[in-house]
Amino acid sequence: MDLNFTEADQAFRQEVIEFLNAELPADISRRVHADLHVSKEDTEFWHAVLHKRGWLTFNWPKSFGGVGWSPVQQFIFEEECAAAGAPRILPFGLKMLAPVLMAFGSKEQQEHWLPRMCDGTDWWCQGYSEPGSGSDLASLKTTAVKQGDHYVINGQKTWTTLGQHANMIFCLVRTNSECKPQAGISFILVDLATPGIEMRPIRTLDGGQEVNEVFFTDVRVPASNLVGEENKGWTYAKYLLAHERNGIANVGISGQKLARLKRLSLSQKRRGKPLADDPLFAARLARLEIELRNLETTNLRVLDEFSKGAGPGPESSMLKIIGSELEQNFDDLTRRALGRQAQAHMPEVFEPGYNGPQVAPQDMANQSAAYFNKRKVSIYGGSNEIQKNIITKMILGL
Amino acid sequence: MDFQPTEERRMLADMIGKFIQNDYPMKARLTAGTSALGYCPEAYSKMAQLGLIGALFDEEVGGFGGSGFDIATVFTELGKGLVVEPLNDTAMTSGYILAHTDQLELVEQIILGQKRVALGLIENGADYDWSAPETLAHQTGSGWQLSGMKTCMKFAHGADALIVSAQTQSAPGISLFLIEAAAAGLSEHSFQTVDGGNACEITLHNTPAQLLGAEGAAYPLIDAAAARATLAVCAEALGVMERIKDMTIDYMRTRKQFGSVLGKFQALQHRVAQMLLEIEQAQSAVINAANDLQSPTDERNRAISAAKYSIGRIGCAVAEEAIQLHGGIGMTWEYDLGHFAKRLVMIDHEWGDQDFHLIRFSES
Ligand SMILES: Cc1cc2nc3c(=O)[nH]c(=O)nc-3n(C[C@H](O)[C@H](O)[C@H](O)COP(=O)(O)OP(=O)(O)OC[C@H]3O[C@@H](n4cnc5c(N)ncnc54)[C@H](O)[C@@H]3O)c2cc1C
Repeated sequence: MDLNFTEADQAFRQEVIEFLNAELPADISRRVHADLHVSKEDTEFWHAVLHKRGWLTFNWPKSFGGVGWSPVQQFIFEEECAAAGAPRILPFGLKMLAPVLMAFGSKEQQEHWLPRMCDGTDWWCQGYSEPGSGSDLASLKTTAVKQGDHYVINGQKTWTTLGQHANMIFCLVRTNSECKPQAGISFILVDLATPGIEMRPIRTLDGGQEVNEVFFTDVRVPASNLVGEENKGWTYAKYLLAHERNGIANVGISGQKLARLKRLSLSQKRRGKPLADDPLFAARLARLEIELRNLETTNLRVLDEFSKGAGPGPESSMLKIIGSELEQNFDDLTRRALGRQAQAHMPEVFEPGYNGPQVAPQDMANQSAAYFNKRKVSIYGGSNEIQKNIITKMILGL
Repeated sequence: MDFQPTEERRMLADMIGKFIQNDYPMKARLTAGTSALGYCPEAYSKMAQLGLIGALFDEEVGGFGGSGFDIATVFTELGKGLVVEPLNDTAMTSGYILAHTDQLELVEQIILGQKRVALGLIENGADYDWSAPETLAHQTGSGWQLSGMKTCMKFAHGADALIVSAQTQSAPGISLFLIEAAAAGLSEHSFQTVDGGNACEITLHNTPAQLLGAEGAAYPLIDAAAARATLAVCAEALGVMERIKDMTIDYMRTRKQFGSVLGKFQALQHRVAQMLLEIEQAQSAVINAANDLQSPTDERNRAISAAKYSIGRIGCAVAEEAIQLHGGIGMTWEYDLGHFAKRLVMIDHEWGDQDFHLIRFSES
């Protein structure tokens, strides 16, 4: 056993760091570090920078224009991007739809959609969940009925992340209701400009706007937008989930939060002394650091298995649970570190030219809102309860 | 031993419940909480007319209550309605200080809802410790002048006067001062709080002020006022948790996934059961604190710290758990739960968080 990164890996890390130093604008990095909602412009700008360098598709296979990095290199890349405060790569197109198209899409679909994801032509959003179908996704009711060379879609999707910026949505739709629910689902690509689609914002508890509901009334979609075979959509959706393990543990983001919290604990005062000297706080922080170290190795162990070609498995559920809870715990402790300052809701301090008083320390004004917002990470992407059901069934065989 | 509330307190609780039902719907609360003042003056004065502020004061100072159980009754009910009105911050707590420093006229106006007095004890917003203010008071020919700052003063915007702590040159301890809102050299920066409501940063520059009580001798009075304030937010949290629990159980009875209501999944049943027993423990902690509010200082403070620690730990867990059990709907602004959860978590940031009180308990 050798837990050290190879020399090549270390050189690679240096290359990533140099790239980030040169290309990531300080104002974007500041907003990301402050846990503000990342704007459409910032995301598009960063995608373009990565695209130019050929790294936007870092997790794609080489045959489709990927860079051919090892899982460990991908891990290093994500870790350094998080540490530097780079906007997250928008997952819906590049990390979710792309692997499905590569595995199950037609050649025409691949040639048409994949380049548009990279050059910023399309902003994809994910249309899986419905009001009545969250954890029980297979019960979804939005229908697609074939009429000539079109499908006609009726129904509603919800919780559509950043749908307000999107021009395309990939949907799971019901094409057969006469069978086992899973066997009647199809995977289809829909242009959001098609008549009959209405998108309405849903405000989240922190006051932000990042999710939407999408209503479909007699929406006519070309049949050529169906991915793979009709009624096989469930298989594709599951494939997508199982392939989404890289980065799912969010080790880089938690690492960055640990570093920030350590800095904060030196400058914040509790009972007149640095917060770092408060024995209960110190114990809380130590616990999280230990868990993060453990997770780093768990994550690398899973990636190692992956690189040896082990097929898609339920390990991603493990990483999702531990990673999301750890990220939430860092946000929780950051909120605690702020003491009374955590009560202040002052988004105005991030506006250009603001020079009024700051209640929380520099760039920490959004931390309570972020804490509440991050309750989502144990709910979306298959809730942690559902992940435990998967582990129980697939790993434990119970 | 008798755990039943008295007839009067039952009636008081009923009355508050009716007020909330008729005059304080969630929509009104959200509007009030995000307004410039952070509360609703009409609702506030109606509550004063109903005697809700009077219930928080002793008879000797013009109220008709003021015991630990009166405070617990009022604030638990207010918590159930997520009432954002500053009865704790600018009436009960500051009023208690004024009542014990011979300002009975002002106390009367507070009880009638005609005046509000904000309280500023904290200068470093990261800290919960109020025992060593750096704001300086110096004597001038005509009286006192204060220079310094206070942070996170809840509902100070629009208040008629402020009470702030300071040190003086001649006496080693803490002193308290009363400042008119319009006093010279006072500037205010007002901001919204995450859970709805308002707070202010206050700076003072040679601001004229009136000494309250004896110079350097305010520590025990602040300590007693803080105990009441802490009891109030603990009781409020209890009411908030009560509602969160009800909402969660209702939701689990109606929301269906996999062909069954959520409440049929055993993994979830156990979690709500756990939530229930934690809330029962929190309630006992609040009863203990209410019972010991009049006890000797050490006993009182132990019970208060025990309650605030319990409320802090359990409150955060209940807020997080309830959102999780609701799934996506719990993350939305439209659904009430999120607002209850935000208040519950933010209560841990008032008057000392769970760690602060755990240490204070262990050291006492
Ligand atoms: C911020 C945010 C962004 C999202 N973005 C998207 C998006 O872009 N696209 C998209 O399609 N969806 C998105 N989602 C939806 C997300 O995937 C769902 O919220 C999630 O699948 C849970 O479904 P639900 O909200 O309906 O909760 P429910 O399924 O109703 O679950 C409620 C609770 O019950 C638990 N539960 C349910 N069934 C079981 C069981 N059998 N055993 C034990 N526990 C159970 C759940 O874990 C949860 O705690 C988003 C959600 C959020 C909050």
